[in-house]
Amino acid sequence: MFEAITKSLEAVFDRLRGRGRLTRENIQEGLREVRTALLEADVNYKVVKDLINRVTEKAVGEEVLQSVAPGQQIVKIIYDELVRLMGPVGQPMTFQEGNPTVIMLVGLHGCGKTTTSAKLAKLALSKGRKPLLVAADIQRPAAIEQLKVLGKQLGIPVYSENGGQPPLLCQRAFDYAIKNGQNVVILDTAGRLHIDEELMAELREIKERTKPYSVLFVCDAMTGQDAVNSAKEFNSQLEFDGAILTKMDGDTRGGAALSIKAVTGKPIKYVGVGEKLDMLEEFYPDRMASRILGMGDVVTLVEKAQAAVKEEDAKAFARKIKEESLTLEDFLDQLQKIKKMGPLQELLSMIPGMGTKMEGLEVEEAQMKKIEAMIQSMTKEERANPDLIDGSHRQRIARGSATTPHDINQLLKQFRFMKKMLKTAFGGATSLSRMGLPKGLPAGMFKGKRK
Amino acid sequence: MVFDLIKGLLGQEEKKEAKPAEAAAEKREEEAVSASGGQPEEGASWLSLDAWVSLEGLKKGLEKTRSRLEGHLKGLFALGQTVDEHLLEEVEAALIEADMGVKPVNRLMEELRRACQSGQIKDAVGLKAYLKTSLKERFKGYKLELNMSPTPPTVIMIAGVNGSGKTTSIAKLGYMFVKEGKRVLLAAGDTYRAAAVEQLEIWAGRVGAQIIKHQTGADPAAVAYDALQAAVARGMDVVIVDTAGRLHTKQNLMNELGKIKKVLSKRIEHAPHEVLLVLDATTGQNAISQAKLFKEAIDITGIFLAKLDGTAKGGVVLGMQDEIKIPVKFVGLGEKAENIQRFDPEGFIDALFD
Repeated sequence: MFEAITKSLEAVFDRLRGRGRLTRENIQEGLREVRTALLEADVNYKVVKDLINRVTEKAVGEEVLQSVAPGQQIVKIIYDELVRLMGPVGQPMTFQEGNPTVIMLVGLHGCGKTTTSAKLAKLALSKGRKPLLVAADIQRPAAIEQLKVLGKQLGIPVYSENGGQPPLLCQRAFDYAIKNGQNVVILDTAGRLHIDEELMAELREIKERTKPYSVLFVCDAMTGQDAVNSAKEFNSQLEFDGAILTKMDGDTRGGAALSIKAVTGKPIKYVGVGEKLDMLEEFYPDRMASRILGMGDVVTLVEKAQAAVKEEDAKAFARKIKEESLTLEDFLDQLQKIKKMGPLQELLSMIPGMGTKMEGLEVEEAQMKKIEAMIQSMTKEERANPDLIDGSHRQRIARGSATTPHDINQLLKQFRFMKKMLKTAFGGATSLSRMGLPKGLPAGMFKGKRK
Repeated sequence: MVFDLIKGLLGQEEKKEAKPAEAAAEKREEEAVSASGGQPEEGASWLSLDAWVSLEGLKKGLEKTRSRLEGHLKGLFALGQTVDEHLLEEVEAALIEADMGVKPVNRLMEELRRACQSGQIKDAVGLKAYLKTSLKERFKGYKLELNMSPTPPTVIMIAGVNGSGKTTSIAKLGYMFVKEGKRVLLAAGDTYRAAAVEQLEIWAGRVGAQIIKHQTGADPAAVAYDALQAAVARGMDVVIVDTAGRLHTKQNLMNELGKIKKVLSKRIEHAPHEVLLVLDATTGQNAISQAKLFKEAIDITGIFLAKLDGTAKGGVVLGMQDEIKIPVKFVGLGEKAENIQRFDPEGFIDALFD
């Protein structure tokens, strides 16, 4: 994620670090690179222009010139500015008491409203609420059917009608919710262009009739420069309360996050990070800013690691490293934990500095599978004591794992090497808690593709 | 100038158009679409309609946007106007805001400055002409027509990220072929998303195409295979294979696409004859990554640029040509099946400055 922007910014900062003090000139050069990076991340042209102006003002002041580490300081200024632009942090989901809490989702075609509706309903359900999903998209063929299927998956009722006018439909859905004791009503409206006056008027009417507690603008994270136009228009017509950025699990740099906040003043509340219905996360401006600036998204990585590794396991692993009693069994266990954390490439990109260092390297998930197969084809004794593995053992393991004796040799060699490295690199600390992840992986897992 | 000519034409036609309210009301009568909506004149073949389609489609696509958006460059390209920093900056802003990408724009701006210094560009009108020629250069040498198989059926595979507009685009292609008198079969290969099969089925009914479907959750490669079996048995002319939306960074899902493609070529030699990536015109620079990774996985042969009827200009398809050569073959300009047109570089580039 954010590879390109990270790359160019790191180049700038490396250059700045090399100099004693900032001058007006080298700020200009640096900021030009920052501008390019932000534009490549799809931050809107005008938003970038404003940002650069603000940063220039701050950077050319005494503050920076008197600083002992000017390079660090300009990173900080840009970082702060990005955090400021994207913050403050949106409130997590809140509800109103008394009448049902109506949440209305609006946005362009294909931005992910229906999936997000279901995700929000699931979230409300997990907070002890009784959500009702409302199929207000009577435009797109089978949209109602889609919501019904999702509702069924979640065990959440779906209100729908055959045809009819969406504003009246939503009002009836609201009445239905009151009658049936559903206290959260999520309106999945049809996708529409922000310049389609008729359909925008329809949204205003839905808003008037249902008095939503919260109107949320759903936006595809891959949106380019035009994000400002749609966000501005939806906001001016509906005064939405916040935005949800979807499809953030791809490699988009997500500049739309900056743009939306800048032109509407409304916070990003959630980000969609996958097709599964529990893949909705809160938005953290600082994490996003860190990512953009190539500081890596360590917080997310740590969280993922924590979710995958129990503390006592980590301690036991650390002890084994220290005592040099690490076995192939432990190694397999670690591999499987890493796999649980998500795609390797994505994990590595979160580590500070890895963004650019990974350039041209391809992480071989297939290689990981191969290692797993090899270890799984070994007996318990062999896993505990790899020295037992001789020629005939190798033959057998290779047959069992569809590899060659040569592969087995490679694995054993790498394992011994890794054991030694872990010992020297970490002493007593655990590998994951110290973010030593890549060092802990066998070298063969990365296929060199350097030019 | 062509630009002004088109603009003039658009301006005149606009007055005859239905009021927005009527247009929107018409949009809702979706059922009417397949029966009568926007049908070209009787007997006219698709190919001879090119000119008609370009102007009409472009006009319709832009009609909503033009009145609302004050173009950056409106009035700046006036006759006799000199080229100054201000004008160049406006040009730069317009191109970047069209999503062309900052690096391709920087290169182009350098080129423009050089041409100004050497006297090749003398005034604002000259600048505009130079700019357009240079941009059009990027689309030169492309075969914009679809690769049709000499022996039917022609197989077209469709792919793209979630929500890019695949299903609607398939409906549009289906409509286009049916209008040409071809027998069209759709393969409901999106077996993942809830109700995706139903959605395609409704479209098939509307545009008059046949459909092959399995249950949700079925193997999409098996659907694709069955579709080709059926197409051969029934003597179909065109098979359009839908696939589930997927982010290009999900390796396992991209492998699945590769498998679907392989199955197609196993059943019919040289199939698929076209592999189209459906790209949402509002997408920014991420489109380049999409194009690259989809090309790597299934060697896409063209782009279907969807949702060009909004305010987004889709300029990323211009910028990406610096890095990866992929022709745009169609553009989608609305929610109706007939809102499709062949990509027309001329009109597209003109629209950037409209």
